[in-house]
Amino acid sequence: MNVDTILPVIFMALMGLSMLVYVISDGYDLGVGMLMHRASAAEKDMMVASIGPFWDANETWLVLGIGILLIAFPKAHGLVLGELYLPVTLMLIGLTLRGVAFDFRVKARDSHKQTWDRLFFAGSTVASAAQGWMLGRYVSGFGEGWNYPIFAAAIAVALPMAYALMGATWLIMKTDGELQARAVTWAKIAWAPMVGGLILISMATPWISATVRDRWFALPAAIALFAIPLMTGLIMLALRALLASPLIRGALSWLPFILLIVVFVLGFLGLAYSIYPFVVIDRLTIWQAASSAAALKVILIGVCISLPAIIGYTIYSYRVFRGKAVALSYA
Amino acid sequence: MDALILARMQFAANITFHILFPTISIGLAWLLLFFRWRWLKSRRDDSATQRGGATNTDGWLDAYRFWTKVFALTFALGVVSGITMSFQFGTNWPGFMEKAGNVAGPLLGYEVLTAFFLEAGFLGIMLFGHGRVSESVHFLSTFLVAFGTTLSAFWILALNSWMQTPAGYEIVNGEFHVSSWLAVIFNPSFPYRFSHMLLASALTSAFLLAGLSAWQILCGAAVRSAPLVLRVALTLAAVAIPIQILIGDAHGLNTLKHQPAKIAAIEGAWETQRGAPLLLFAIPDKEQRTNHYEIGLPKLASFILTHDFDGELKGMNAFPDAHPPPLPLFFAFRIMVGTGMLMLAVSWLGLWLYRRVGWRAERLPRALLWGLAVMTFSGWVATVAGWYVTEIGRQPFIIYGLVRTADVVAKVPSSMISVTLALYVVLYLTLIVAYIGVLKYMAQTAE
Repeated sequence: MNVDTILPVIFMALMGLSMLVYVISDGYDLGVGMLMHRASAAEKDMMVASIGPFWDANETWLVLGIGILLIAFPKAHGLVLGELYLPVTLMLIGLTLRGVAFDFRVKARDSHKQTWDRLFFAGSTVASAAQGWMLGRYVSGFGEGWNYPIFAAAIAVALPMAYALMGATWLIMKTDGELQARAVTWAKIAWAPMVGGLILISMATPWISATVRDRWFALPAAIALFAIPLMTGLIMLALRALLASPLIRGALSWLPFILLIVVFVLGFLGLAYSIYPFVVIDRLTIWQAASSAAALKVILIGVCISLPAIIGYTIYSYRVFRGKAVALSYA
Repeated sequence: MDALILARMQFAANITFHILFPTISIGLAWLLLFFRWRWLKSRRDDSATQRGGATNTDGWLDAYRFWTKVFALTFALGVVSGITMSFQFGTNWPGFMEKAGNVAGPLLGYEVLTAFFLEAGFLGIMLFGHGRVSESVHFLSTFLVAFGTTLSAFWILALNSWMQTPAGYEIVNGEFHVSSWLAVIFNPSFPYRFSHMLLASALTSAFLLAGLSAWQILCGAAVRSAPLVLRVALTLAAVAIPIQILIGDAHGLNTLKHQPAKIAAIEGAWETQRGAPLLLFAIPDKEQRTNHYEIGLPKLASFILTHDFDGELKGMNAFPDAHPPPLPLFFAFRIMVGTGMLMLAVSWLGLWLYRRVGWRAERLPRALLWGLAVMTFSGWVATVAGWYVTEIGRQPFIIYGLVRTADVVAKVPSSMISVTLALYVVLYLTLIVAYIGVLKYMAQTAE
């Protein structure tokens, strides 16, 4: 492999990384948004306070991921977003509503606060479901037929559940007292549908795509690959046991959130293995879709300089706001 | 309607909505840094002179606190509409990135990597970090947010200007390849467009600050910061507007050199002529290729654009099938210039009157305060009108003279674009109304 053929691989990895960071980081704040309608007025304020300093930066990873798709794989960007035109629009409207509702709810007159809270919930739900639908369509290579919409719809339900679980474990980590206790209950409720969704997707994906089937069930790779679902299953069981234990209300309150991140990473690795080296499965490889090597090199220089800095100040920001969330006040 | 017009309308709706918020946040971020600096400085002076009681110190802190909230809201609207834009490049203009991705990709990439993350990363500390980090780290965070907004504008305007006046490229097999990045970034119209936009942002935030402060004074809200902010805003506006007019003129001459068809449409000139009149009013008619109801001042357009009363101006007929539609350009340009002139008059008059009453806001004539309140969002009007001139003025090309917009449009069914366009328009109008309403409410109830 020479430099020119390896560049698209590097950018695929960068795009994957951005999308993974996006799904994890916006996943918890979308999840918190979806749990809002179950909370009391004071709890709502605390829930929003827990994600307040982070959500802008979280959504920036989506711009980076889509940006890399646009600038490194322009031919795929047009194809993917053309296929996903309506769900993309719905997701964008959802993200817009929740992003602004987040700011409006504390600044508008009190009588309007409830409306913004409802929009925050609705926007979070619509955006999550649209992302699930898009993931389902993308994984199945935008297949046509009666079974594909059912598959996409199932993921459109499962992904919001996963986000809600993520949001609940974030709240277990960032809050205490009664809200934390309720977050444990919410996590227990979201656990079963998320596990169901994981099983469904794992079983349906090979059935719906021949390419994926061949990759996962060819020996001897299958034996090594079995580690991914096995570990995922074990971690989810450990998570369920933790949720029932009093420890997570105390010293181990961070553990469920971290375990879920590991599950997301494993799921991402499985997905990457299913798709690589395609950027649109069975239709377009990363090399067919890539920009010129010269352009990619220019971008790579910027990535090498700025990505460490971005990671550095993101970690710094999380350190500044570490510990249990407190009510937010400006300046 | 055909898909091209719908795709353009949808993109225009989005980009129009988006530009409203960065236009405020670029200028406002630097003003916040100024307020913070004044507060730190005046607090230091207070403790040195052992002054007690309510001094300007509290006013500067109040100004920072109140306008930070406005900034947070504005920034959020900019972020969400910016996310939408990163998708619409692909959904609306897939051919653009396929042809010009090697130029546009790195510019957009650098914008996200160097600017967008910087703003979003330090925004949390700027907004909520007080007390958790030291005063200097907080000040640095505010600076980095302001710097990020400006850097963001730098990359985006480099790309936009390149689409207007492409340079530093070669075309191989219909795809653009970069031969010189310096020439791409510092293309002929970039310095003009970048400085024009930064000043537009300064003016938009200045009139927003002046307008809301005037509103606070009018409704008698006990806001210590309002008189201070009003003085800063009027001073900024009075200084920025003459520079803006000069730069606007230079930008126009630059456009005449590189995009003469755009100038012809702005002037409503069909035929090439010497001693062209400056048309104050006309209804340009694309079908009959003539103007109705012309009112003009003889020879003045030639004088403004060539600095010679008998200078030659090319008309649209000299660019068959390659000039923009004159009607929107003709009016958008006059709205922009008219708003600019109004800004000049109001800011100078306001500053003079404010100085004459000894900077005591309660003594200002109510008519002036009302005028400023009415002009709260005048920066938006001028900025959007200006962008319409430059963007519609690039038509029928997406990359001026080289790639036609019609050749890169997405093949999405018209019905789908219509439905999503309607959704976006309803959403955006609602959010603009909510934004203005909440700002007004925040101003009245501020402490």
